[in-house]
Amino acid sequence: MDLSFTPEEESFRDEVRAFFRDKLPTRLSTLVREGKRLRKADMEDWHAILNERGWLANHWPEKWGGPGWSVIQRFIFDNESALAHAPRVVPFGVNMLGPVLIKYGSEEQKQTWLPRILDGSDWWCQGYSEPGAGSDLAGLKTTAVRQTREGGDVYVVNGQKTWTTLGQHADMIFCLVRTDPAAKKQEGISFLLIDMKSPGIEVRPITLIDGEQEVNEVFFTDVEVPVANLVGEENQGWTYAKYLLTYERTNIAGVGFSIASFERLKEVAQSQRKNGRALADDPLFAARMARVEIDLANMQTTNLRVLAAVAGGGAPGAESSMLKIKGTEIRQEITALTRRAYGSYAAPYIPEALEAGWNGEDVGPEDAAMAAPSYFNNRKLSIFGGSNEIQKNIISKAILGL
Amino acid sequence: MNFEHSDDRRMLADTLVRALRDGYPIETRNAGAYGEAGYDPAVWAQLNELGIVSALFDEAAGGFGGSGFDIMVVFEALGRALVVEPFLGALMAGRALAAGGGHDAALAGIVSGETIAAFAHEDGATPVTATPSGDGWTLSGSKAVVQQAGAASLLVVTVEQDRDPLVLLIDATSPGVSVRSYNTVEGGAAGDVSFDGVRVAADARIGSEGQGQAVVDAAVGAGLLALSAEAVGAMDFVKEATLGYLRDRKQFGVPIGKFQALQHRMATVLLEIEQAQSAVINAATAFDGDDVTARNRALAAAKYTIGRTGALVAEESIQLHGGIGMTWEYAVSHYAKRLVMIDHQLGDEDHHLQRYIELAKAA
Repeated sequence: MDLSFTPEEESFRDEVRAFFRDKLPTRLSTLVREGKRLRKADMEDWHAILNERGWLANHWPEKWGGPGWSVIQRFIFDNESALAHAPRVVPFGVNMLGPVLIKYGSEEQKQTWLPRILDGSDWWCQGYSEPGAGSDLAGLKTTAVRQTREGGDVYVVNGQKTWTTLGQHADMIFCLVRTDPAAKKQEGISFLLIDMKSPGIEVRPITLIDGEQEVNEVFFTDVEVPVANLVGEENQGWTYAKYLLTYERTNIAGVGFSIASFERLKEVAQSQRKNGRALADDPLFAARMARVEIDLANMQTTNLRVLAAVAGGGAPGAESSMLKIKGTEIRQEITALTRRAYGSYAAPYIPEALEAGWNGEDVGPEDAAMAAPSYFNNRKLSIFGGSNEIQKNIISKAILGL
Repeated sequence: MNFEHSDDRRMLADTLVRALRDGYPIETRNAGAYGEAGYDPAVWAQLNELGIVSALFDEAAGGFGGSGFDIMVVFEALGRALVVEPFLGALMAGRALAAGGGHDAALAGIVSGETIAAFAHEDGATPVTATPSGDGWTLSGSKAVVQQAGAASLLVVTVEQDRDPLVLLIDATSPGVSVRSYNTVEGGAAGDVSFDGVRVAADARIGSEGQGQAVVDAAVGAGLLALSAEAVGAMDFVKEATLGYLRDRKQFGVPIGKFQALQHRMATVLLEIEQAQSAVINAATAFDGDDVTARNRALAAAKYTIGRTGALVAEESIQLHGGIGMTWEYAVSHYAKRLVMIDHQLGDEDHHLQRYIELAKAA
């Protein structure tokens, strides 16, 4: 047993670090480190920089423009990315749709859509959840009915999607739609690619608990979609949907994010004072910090153990549910401690402070305005991507055999 | 990066797990554990034929292993079988002797399994003091809850001093040494050891002047790693037993493992055991490293983690079993007791959390 990286992995890490040092614009890392809003252009800039190096779609096969990395290399990259305060890769095209197209898409679909994901021509969003289909995703009701048109057959889509993250920026949406209302609920679902500029689509932003607009509702009224935009076979969409949900899980525990945010918490706890000494020296606060730090050190090894167990560099299966639960609990605890660390000054609501380039005077300590919104925003971690309760169901079934 | 054990170590672990599974059923264990001696001398002799203690020491000390991962696999196997024979004392006393140097014959006796030794560290109501006398010392005071003190013929005794602790090797039959033995709650035995004007010669000292803390750290560090690994072994057994019960036991016409309320509790138990396993791997890795602070932090983190998780696994396994988990007849109850009481050895989770915090300041 040897927990250290091999010399090859070490030199890979050095290469990745050098890349972040040389190519990550300070403008972007500062926004991320300070928890400010990223605009669409910021995210696109970062995608372009990664793509230029060939590292944007880092788990795609080389044939389609991936770098051919092992799971350990991807883990190292994701970690270093978080530690360097790089913007996260917007996952919908690169991490979600890409692998589905590579595995199930037609040759023409791959040729059409994959390069456009890499070069940023299309911003994708995800049309999975519906108002009546959250954890019970297969209960979705948005319909697609095949109809004949002069220019070729189309699906006519009607219904509503929700929690569509960054859908306000999107050019395209991949959607689960019901194509056979008579079939059992998992068996009548298809996977469609829909142009967001199609007539009949309406996007309405949802303002979240922190006052931010990160997610949307998307309404479909008689939206016509060329049948060429069906991925795989009609009524087989559930298989593709599940594949997408389990695919890119090497970073699901978010260890890098936790390490970076814990380092920030340590700085805050040193500078904040309580009872005449640094908050870091307050026994109760220090104990809470130490607990989460130990949990995180354990998580880092658990994560590597899961990756090492993934034979041949595939995607981890149900073990990723373990990483998701514990990893998100740790991330949430760190945001809770950071909020608490600012004491009264976590309370002032200064939404303009979240804007890049805001030159206003801080209320209280620098960055205090971000702490509570970040804590509330990150309640999402244990809800999205399959709630932590759904993950426990998966563990019960797939690992525990109950 | 590689999470596989070497072939030698895997073979050692497999041999040990198999021998204990076949030759150390819970009835055998309990007969020794709750008997007067708190262990079975015949079983101790049999287990020693497997060379278990030798695996805990390197070649310089007369063994064939001795790394953090050797300690880890041995004690995981011992924990899985809930072994009560005095291996921990052998490890801690032997590690103290190996760290200090000298005392070759005593160390050889421990490593071969012929000598039973105990590490007497925690002070009792009257802390042990050593008054210089002649070229040696006179010892007075008492040590508390020394594991297997009654069975030990050799005692490694620590004496707190202003600068550096004094560590002494003492024959348990020396005039003035007395042991009040008792069983422990989870099975096994311990004793309070009193020293009443015990004459100790200069050559009883383990390590030279100024080396005392290093000797204590060597023993306690190995003990912390061993207890942490033992706990993970015991957790694994309890997890399997509880899963089996969730599948077999029916209520309302279905296996109780079909109930989500129980599934989610069990999923949490699984997660936390995986985290505890990772903590022990981290500790075993740091144990052999050069960075003393990192080593001590990883050991504190592991003992904290298994203290917290041990209680969780014990309490949840009893709850998930219902009444049967509370019966003396059922093995899980004894494992649950061990998993809770292990937090009372060498410092509990609060102690090690505190230590982890202090070590961070030192780093």
